[in-house]
Amino acid sequence: MGRRQQKTQAKGSIIRVTGPVVEADGMAQAVMHELVAVGSERLVGEVIRLDGEIATIQVYENTSGLKLNEEVFGTGNPLSVELGPGLVGNVFDGIQRPLETLRERMGPFIQHGQRVVPISRDKKWFFTPASKVGGVVGSGDVLGTVQETGLIEHRILVPIGITGKIVNLAGEGEYTVTETIATLRVNGSEVEVQMLQRWPVRQPRPFKRRLPTYAPLITGQRVIDTFFPIAKGGSAAIPGGFGTGKTITQQQLAKWSNANLIVYVGCGERGNEMVDVLTSFPQLIDPSSGKPLMQRTILIANTSNMPVSAREASIYTGITIAEYYRDMGYDVALMADSTSRWAEALREVSGRLEEMPAEEGFPSYLPSRLAEFYERTGVVETLGSGNRAGSICAIGAVSPPGGDFSEPVTQHTKRFTRVFWALDPELADARHYPAINWMQSYSGYIGNVSAWWTKEVTKEWDSYRIQAMRILQLEDDLKNIVKLVGPEALPDRQRLVLETARIIRTAFLQQNALDPVDTYSVPLKQFKMLKIIVDFHKLGERIVSRGAPLFKVTQLPVLTDIMRMKTAVPNDKLDQLDEIDRRMHQYFENLEATMR
Amino acid sequence: MAGTGLEYKGVSQIYGPIMVIENVRDVGFDELVEVKVQSGETRLGRVTEVTRKAVTIQVFEGTSGLSLSKTRTRFLGKPLEVPVSMEMLGRVMNSFGEPIDGHPRFFSEDRRDINGFPMNPTAREYPRDFIQTGISAIDGLASLVRGQKLPVFSGPGLSHNALAAQIVRQAKIRNESEEFYVVFIAMGLEHDDAAFFRNSFEETGAIKNVAMFLNLADDPPVERIITPRAGLTLAEYLAFEHDAHVLVLLTDMTNYCEALREVSSSMEEVPSRKGYPGYMYSDLASIYERAGRITGKKGSITQMPILTMPNDDITHPIPDLTGYITEGQIVLSRSLETQNIYPPITITTSLSRLMKDGIGKGRTREDHADVASQLYAAYAQYNAVKSLATIIGEEGLVSRDKEYLRFGERLERAFVNQGRDENRSIEQTLSIAWDTLAQLPDEELTRIHPQYIQQYLPKIASEVK
Repeated sequence: MGRRQQKTQAKGSIIRVTGPVVEADGMAQAVMHELVAVGSERLVGEVIRLDGEIATIQVYENTSGLKLNEEVFGTGNPLSVELGPGLVGNVFDGIQRPLETLRERMGPFIQHGQRVVPISRDKKWFFTPASKVGGVVGSGDVLGTVQETGLIEHRILVPIGITGKIVNLAGEGEYTVTETIATLRVNGSEVEVQMLQRWPVRQPRPFKRRLPTYAPLITGQRVIDTFFPIAKGGSAAIPGGFGTGKTITQQQLAKWSNANLIVYVGCGERGNEMVDVLTSFPQLIDPSSGKPLMQRTILIANTSNMPVSAREASIYTGITIAEYYRDMGYDVALMADSTSRWAEALREVSGRLEEMPAEEGFPSYLPSRLAEFYERTGVVETLGSGNRAGSICAIGAVSPPGGDFSEPVTQHTKRFTRVFWALDPELADARHYPAINWMQSYSGYIGNVSAWWTKEVTKEWDSYRIQAMRILQLEDDLKNIVKLVGPEALPDRQRLVLETARIIRTAFLQQNALDPVDTYSVPLKQFKMLKIIVDFHKLGERIVSRGAPLFKVTQLPVLTDIMRMKTAVPNDKLDQLDEIDRRMHQYFENLEATMR
Repeated sequence: MAGTGLEYKGVSQIYGPIMVIENVRDVGFDELVEVKVQSGETRLGRVTEVTRKAVTIQVFEGTSGLSLSKTRTRFLGKPLEVPVSMEMLGRVMNSFGEPIDGHPRFFSEDRRDINGFPMNPTAREYPRDFIQTGISAIDGLASLVRGQKLPVFSGPGLSHNALAAQIVRQAKIRNESEEFYVVFIAMGLEHDDAAFFRNSFEETGAIKNVAMFLNLADDPPVERIITPRAGLTLAEYLAFEHDAHVLVLLTDMTNYCEALREVSSSMEEVPSRKGYPGYMYSDLASIYERAGRITGKKGSITQMPILTMPNDDITHPIPDLTGYITEGQIVLSRSLETQNIYPPITITTSLSRLMKDGIGKGRTREDHADVASQLYAAYAQYNAVKSLATIIGEEGLVSRDKEYLRFGERLERAFVNQGRDENRSIEQTLSIAWDTLAQLPDEELTRIHPQYIQQYLPKIASEVK
């Protein structure tokens, strides 16, 4: 199809170079957001402004050495990603160049002007047909499947925009991604379908309709699942200054959340952190399937020293890949670390374009770009028959300058996300991790997910989390008084509140990512732990109100077991928690008996 | 990109460090430029923008003395390169890698683009091995790991220069058979300080393993932007082609950022926070991210950037953006400095993110992680007790709290505090830590494995005998 089109494609020449922004003349044929090849090295660029014959191009590679009058070629296509088997377990840069392959080709440092296809053309995949010749299929229907990794069955879908009758379908066997696996008759002409498909990154992939969020994304992190849950298909922001544990939290979610697929976008962050993920994920085992976590993970790594405009693209590359797997009917979780670096990339390019800056030098379209990104999340009914539902949830880290949440990226992200996990430097300094501040954080999904908890775990979830939250709130109110007069001056009832709050904080909210047991708590363990602590408070309150001295409550022998239960009780031995619960009730009963 | 070799006479505009030439052909972005001043002096510059009408050039040594009509410019067709050579060890260089110590020129083995190339994340190797600085507060509590970037956040007037010099003199790796060098990069340093560092390295003989890149306070600011890149280019050469472990000290990053701001505003760029350019994060990352290890190579680059926080404010853009890129930070405190504690390292806010993977059995000692964790926890308790004591008085404290007071004071006086020439091995550091922990009742040592308490805690060890 290429030849006829090529004639009409733009071919211009460079008239200006300033950092990652290039202007080219003679580009009247160019289209907004068209992918272009810039200069003799054919650097990857994208048209971001058109003015008469002049196109402004954002270049995704280092522009050092680029000269005036070097040629610029249009490709006729928008900036797109390649979709097909071979994505999972792989590491790409912001414009989907496979980093492992780049390393094999040119060693440990990334040089510019290198063209490598994202998905291997040589690798053969075992294809199993799922449709029949003669059948009529439409966009999103499953033509066949490929077991991409031990954890992901890749469903080969009819490309979007195509409806027709299958005239030919490949039989079971091994095929490369560019071999034709189906031929469809569409309006009298035949269309060949390969496993490899493309989609422009800035355009959301279509679906039938949105569905309400219902199930929580279980992360195994107690402060999240119990207090500030996120739903599958939801969106969350994790803001925090440096050293508060954004990346650790993101990595914990990537490791343990019960999504089918994780897309982890390292956007303008540290190289050593990406290595950490790259070396630890293949060794970590998915708790539900027993397979390495890398088999359900796709990494987009555009570290802070890699070209800044590719950092801007990395977020879109990530979410487009997420949508592709959503369309197969999977629950996808996307981590973006950090969206502030993405916003800064926007700011840098905007500055080079000499656009009028809004707040703190950010362009005025920052909020609409953030909204566009977060609106690509949600639970949907996908195209194609069979009522497939899929979802994307996005968790964006925000790195506010000076840890100040009033800055534009945090504020605008707050508008478009429904969960806010505020990281607190004071908690981090006290080595309380995850340093999620329980007074500042919120979740807008509690109403949605409580039905799931009621059905799947317990009817009492909501009531216990509210009671625990109230204790924490009371502690917060009492804190100021304690600062002035010391805890000794308070009545026993209030001191019991302080004691229980301390137990909630250290025995429940604090969670050690490095401890093999504590790193992940199943929902039932979370609930049982919370119930023990809240019941402790209720029983203690009752006995104190009957005149027992507080030390009788705080000397509870089983208290050390309560403090240690997060690390001592494994997820598959929850009857040990029942035992703690029983001993606690027994103690209080005995105590009450002695008081009569 | 081959240079045209053409020489252009005349310039159409000069402002700040910038000059603009019109009607130039075949010039590449970021290309190196040779500028000949009337007086015959030659300066270097780089192309920051090319348009059909004109080329904008940033002159590294400044534009003073340049005239519109007499300036001659030659485009060299390549980015700025610096010489790299093993012979640069023991020498003092300027920002262009030329010797300025009065000794003869060295033989340069190669010339390299100062910007290097970004390391492919998949080619990186996770940092794991310990570097001993001989400073207890660093080695014991915020250990430096090979391939890490660990900055020192100081304030104006604090003793960071003494600390930097001491680290250069003392730093070593535990495996003596591997090469270990220091690249010392000074940006905007005052003459006195520069002399202090040189003397300090020369007197002790440390200079033979040190390559010094010196940019002084009165050198032009644009030149300061290339100093760290020149030094890191040598560091990469030593680490990845000569299998050496290289520690890079960069002081003072605040001067570097000020220069960046000055140049940015002279180019009329849109400023971001406090007038610093919006790309300062990316720019700093292009320096800091050159630390690391590469799979399959023996060498490593470890960075200790030193910066003075304006007004001691850790939320100022310079420490803030640095903290977002580096893997932890060592924070110096004015209150410890006034108590005459050297080095004045704050325990609570200092942190090494990679420490957990760089210490322990086979690297430092098996009890190291537990001891560090206990010291942190007990010191936090000490701080809580101290603030309580300021309200109710020391007499009002229960006896256990008094023990914490004694512990904390001893930790500051005996563990953190050390001589400016005192080089402590990690074993000495840990043994002082145990002496300090012995101030506390045994049952408070909840974070240490009982076996280590048996083995290392002084009073128990003596009882066993």
